[in-house]
Amino acid sequence: MNRKKLQKLTDTLTKNCKHFNTFEVNYLIKLFYNLVGEGVERQGTAIGLDRNAFRNILHMTFGMTDDMIMDRVFRGFDKDNDGCVNVTEWINGLSLFLRGSLEEKMKYCFEVFDLNGDGFISKEEMFHMLKNSLLKQPSEEDPDEGIKDLVEITLKKMDRDHDGKLSFADYEQAVREETLLLEAFGPCLPDPKSQMEFEAQVFKDPNDFNDM
Amino acid sequence: MGVALTKSAQWTAAGYGTGTLEITPLNEAILKEIIMFVESFIYKHPKEAKYVFVEPLEWKTSLDLSAFESGYVVSETTAKSEEVDKNGQPLLFLSVPQIKIRSFGQLSHFLFMAKDAKLKEAQACIEANRDPVAKILGSEYNTMKEDSTALNILDKITKDDDPEIEIKIKIAMLLKQLDLHLLNHSLKHISLEIRLNPVSVKKDIELLKRFSGKGEQTVLESIEYTSDYEFSNGCRAPPWRQIRGEMCYVMVKPHDVETLCVTCSAKGVFLNGGKTDDEGDIDYERKGEIYKDLVTFLKEKSAKFSENMSKHVIDFKEEQKEMDQLGEAAKEEAGTFQKAISGSDKRSLEKNQINFGKNQMAKRLAPSLNWKATVNYKDKSSGKDSQEEKRGGKLESRRKSSAPPGRAQLLRKSVERIEEISDSSSESEENEETPEHRQEANADLPSEYWQIQKLVKYLKGGNQTATVIALCSMRDFNLAQETCQLAIRDVGGLEVLINLLDTDEVKCKIGSLKILKEISHNPQIRRSIVDLGGLPIMVNILDSPHKSLKCLAAETIANVAKFRRARQVVRKHGGITRLVALLDCAQSSAEPMQSSLYEARDVEVARCGALALWSCSKSYANKEAIRKAGGIPLLARLLKTSHENMLIPVVGTLQECASEENYRAAIKAERIIENLVKNLSSENEQLQEHCAMAIYQCAEDEETRDLVRLHGGLKPLASLLNNTDNKERLAAVTGAIWKCSISKENVTKFREYKAIETLVGLLTDQPEEVLVNVVGALGECCQEYENRVIIRKCGGIQPLVNLLVGINQALLVNVTKAVGACAMEPESMTIIDRLDGVRLLWSLLKNPHPDVKASAAWALCPCIQNAKDAGEMVRSFVGGLELVVNLLKSDNKEVLASVCAAITNIAKDQENLAVITDHGVVPLLSKLANTNNDKLRRHLAEAISRCCMWGRNRVAFGEHKAVAPLVRYLKSNDTNVHRATAQALYQLSEDADNCITMHENGAVKLLLAMVGSPDQELQEAAAGCISNIRRLALATEKARYT
Repeated sequence: MNRKKLQKLTDTLTKNCKHFNTFEVNYLIKLFYNLVGEGVERQGTAIGLDRNAFRNILHMTFGMTDDMIMDRVFRGFDKDNDGCVNVTEWINGLSLFLRGSLEEKMKYCFEVFDLNGDGFISKEEMFHMLKNSLLKQPSEEDPDEGIKDLVEITLKKMDRDHDGKLSFADYEQAVREETLLLEAFGPCLPDPKSQMEFEAQVFKDPNDFNDM
Repeated sequence: MGVALTKSAQWTAAGYGTGTLEITPLNEAILKEIIMFVESFIYKHPKEAKYVFVEPLEWKTSLDLSAFESGYVVSETTAKSEEVDKNGQPLLFLSVPQIKIRSFGQLSHFLFMAKDAKLKEAQACIEANRDPVAKILGSEYNTMKEDSTALNILDKITKDDDPEIEIKIKIAMLLKQLDLHLLNHSLKHISLEIRLNPVSVKKDIELLKRFSGKGEQTVLESIEYTSDYEFSNGCRAPPWRQIRGEMCYVMVKPHDVETLCVTCSAKGVFLNGGKTDDEGDIDYERKGEIYKDLVTFLKEKSAKFSENMSKHVIDFKEEQKEMDQLGEAAKEEAGTFQKAISGSDKRSLEKNQINFGKNQMAKRLAPSLNWKATVNYKDKSSGKDSQEEKRGGKLESRRKSSAPPGRAQLLRKSVERIEEISDSSSESEENEETPEHRQEANADLPSEYWQIQKLVKYLKGGNQTATVIALCSMRDFNLAQETCQLAIRDVGGLEVLINLLDTDEVKCKIGSLKILKEISHNPQIRRSIVDLGGLPIMVNILDSPHKSLKCLAAETIANVAKFRRARQVVRKHGGITRLVALLDCAQSSAEPMQSSLYEARDVEVARCGALALWSCSKSYANKEAIRKAGGIPLLARLLKTSHENMLIPVVGTLQECASEENYRAAIKAERIIENLVKNLSSENEQLQEHCAMAIYQCAEDEETRDLVRLHGGLKPLASLLNNTDNKERLAAVTGAIWKCSISKENVTKFREYKAIETLVGLLTDQPEEVLVNVVGALGECCQEYENRVIIRKCGGIQPLVNLLVGINQALLVNVTKAVGACAMEPESMTIIDRLDGVRLLWSLLKNPHPDVKASAAWALCPCIQNAKDAGEMVRSFVGGLELVVNLLKSDNKEVLASVCAAITNIAKDQENLAVITDHGVVPLLSKLANTNNDKLRRHLAEAISRCCMWGRNRVAFGEHKAVAPLVRYLKSNDTNVHRATAQALYQLSEDADNCITMHENGAVKLLLAMVGSPDQELQEAAAGCISNIRRLALATEKARYT
């Protein structure tokens, strides 16, 4: 990609991005094309990271392990639902991922957790997301009992209108009271350590920050 | 045998003579042992068996004459042995029913003949012969005085070789062996014995209470303790009864019989004499049989009770179910997963075995929480189990028949174990209160307990997500409530929470700390956290890059470090340096903050740091560590902020540290006083209090006192005096005023602000901490004439004199000082005299504490000076003068100086001087002369010069070698000492011998220099002394030449 094109892309993306400055966007774009590989761009149509490549990044860089959650994160990034994350989606996604405000993160997390996208996190969805969260104890008659109980506990804690499922309003209220519940059903944001490592690695030259 | 019989055997009533042996397993065992010993005696020691007792063993036998066969001469009412002693007396003589036996051989025979009645006969024999050893061997062999006997015996052996003595000794030794054997045996027995303990009794009563009340269905109408007070060991009986193993007394009203007053003792439950009508005391004497527990007792006494009990068995069963649930949970913890075994009996038995092993393991390990939790549970379950068994014992015997017979034993043993263990844990000073609370928790476990237990299970077995959910849910419990706090500990939650702190999961750490922060308000939890090694981990978290985490860790440390050991741990792990580093964050408090889980405002971080330092600063070594870590400048900087939340811990830390000299200097240097003064005018009472406290600590230093004045701190202090509701603050404020009023300029200011009047108003109805400071302040103010007038006019003298009868030492020191200062005013003195204040002061000379003595003696000086008819007044105190003179024997310099001053004043009256001379004041004063203390020197010299005025005291001082040391006083640097000494020497120089001594010690040269002093009195005295010496010299010369 030539300099001019890159410059232009950077400018447009920076304009639409709240949390990154020009230089950060610049570095992230470079990183994106590094990851995608130059060749793909020339061939045309779908430029971007496909599901597997993206999941690989999530796993290697941000230490995520849960397949289902990673899938959901991919969908969170892939706004146009075309099966791959393009450069705009990459920048916007990372902006939220790394610098998002609590409000943005809440919205994002809720979307991740709302598996069927109906605007509610139902008991079944919770169960689905939590099913691997407890050490299985072979002695128990019903191995799922613990999970069910955990779902009940969560519901008791977060379901403010007592309708047996979490609306965004429920979720938002609970998270505002206790920020720890932001990622209540699984880690869908980078943990602070890997986030710092990522940023340190990508935005290598600290002097560039000051030129902003 | 004697020892065993007197100590171990259980006699029915206290005291000798009338007692009979009770039929108890222990006694039976002892008797059996004795019988075995006697029976085998004839085979084992045939020679000794022939030995004839000094006195026969004599008792009433139930054995028939017909039992005597060969070897005995039997007549109608008598039987005697063919075996006779040297004098032809039979060794066994029976005259129904009285029997006399005089040898072991016959004793053995007799027991053979008694056959089945052996035990009875042995018992009768022991009962009738309370001291068999003395009878057998003679009183000198009584084993009770064994040391001396051994010597006596030795004596005898050396004297003669009588073969009888040898046998005697052999028998004595055999008997002693038996004695030892019996003691050991009974010990074994006692340890096997079932003993009730306060916990089980309490539970019994508690449970019965729940099923008591009006109506037909209840088991009892009422059951009440006679005393509400429970000792820390769980007993309610008064200590002198506890010695006898009694634990509590209960008034029980069953439906069908009258109220029963019951004693629950370690031995069992029995009816006592009941309440005596008038005073509510209990007649402790036993009135009935001993039952093994309360329920058995009541079943025996009340038919209705046992009837209704059977109905309630179902209820108890339900309880057992609940217990079993608990048991399962415990099993899980122990790591033994077992399919539920059908049959609750079997299950609970197994349960106990599991725990049994665990317990012993725990005993060896340090007191871990895991262990506590199980003990806790077990205590309950086994206690209840045995209760259940007792209660249901008869009624449900069929159901229970499947249970192994050893079960009860096992249960009781395990109860005993628990007792042992909880004892050993309470040995350490810090756990003292824990067992008590544990019991409370046992009494009735709330539903929270189970829920918390479940959550802890998820904490243990869950991944990060589940852990966070469990942590958040746990926070929904009322963590300020003790039940929840202890529940978390008892189910092993603390270990998990602390473990989480050691992971990399920031969210888990945050969640865990949020809980620990809350529950660490509980002292028991604090100790547990320290025991589990939580503090070093938290100290490490202080280095974390996440500010919210730092805050939480610091806040938790602030809560935990409320006791010494914890503070020490914080320091040893470098916590102080890290906490001080937290204070450094506060510079850029304006930086914009996005609200994130991991971030917190810098000010908040600094506040939490200060909070933790405040807790830590209560230890001396930590104060030093804070200073060395550079904490003072940082605290000074934080002091400039205006957030109350921040200021309170900061000022609190400073106030705590200001007890150290180093800090006071630094506080002055860092210009902290200014800010302290500023914050005195804050709205927050706590802040005001700490500021005043800090000023109180620092104002020992004169410069600081001036600084307080210069920064306008006196006015707010004075105005704070008007608000007397908050006693802590009032104490701090009056303390600050006291220390500040040591400077005269400050006193003038206080007078301006009318603080003195207010202080006088505070002399009544205040707690001692306030009074000490108020009186101290008044004492300082009284040094000025105007203030003395004010105090008198406000009526302050009366309350001051009233305070002289107190016992608080600090208060007495201050009161005497204030009263003494007031007495400088003749007008005030009349009031003091009228209120009998001088007598009170005088009696304080007997106070054990030297500070009070000295202060009282100082106060007496102005009193004597200014009282009318002082001489008469002093004489009126019977024994007073002798008391004062004897105080000269004290070894406290301050007391000595003050008493010398008092003597100087007393000696102004000729008659009193005569009296104290008679009491030997001269030699006592002379003895003190060799001192380097200038204060003492001055007052001693003054006293000596006064005392010279009587009789031949001048000569006596010379004889007691007081003159030479006095001359040396002239070399001191203190002009007051010079003046007093010159005056004393002048008085002493009236005697020729003293003049010679002075001359020999080079007094003239020293005095000559003093003549040139600007001090007129000194001049005069020195000149007078020289002239006396000179005149003597002239006279001698004259005598020589004429």
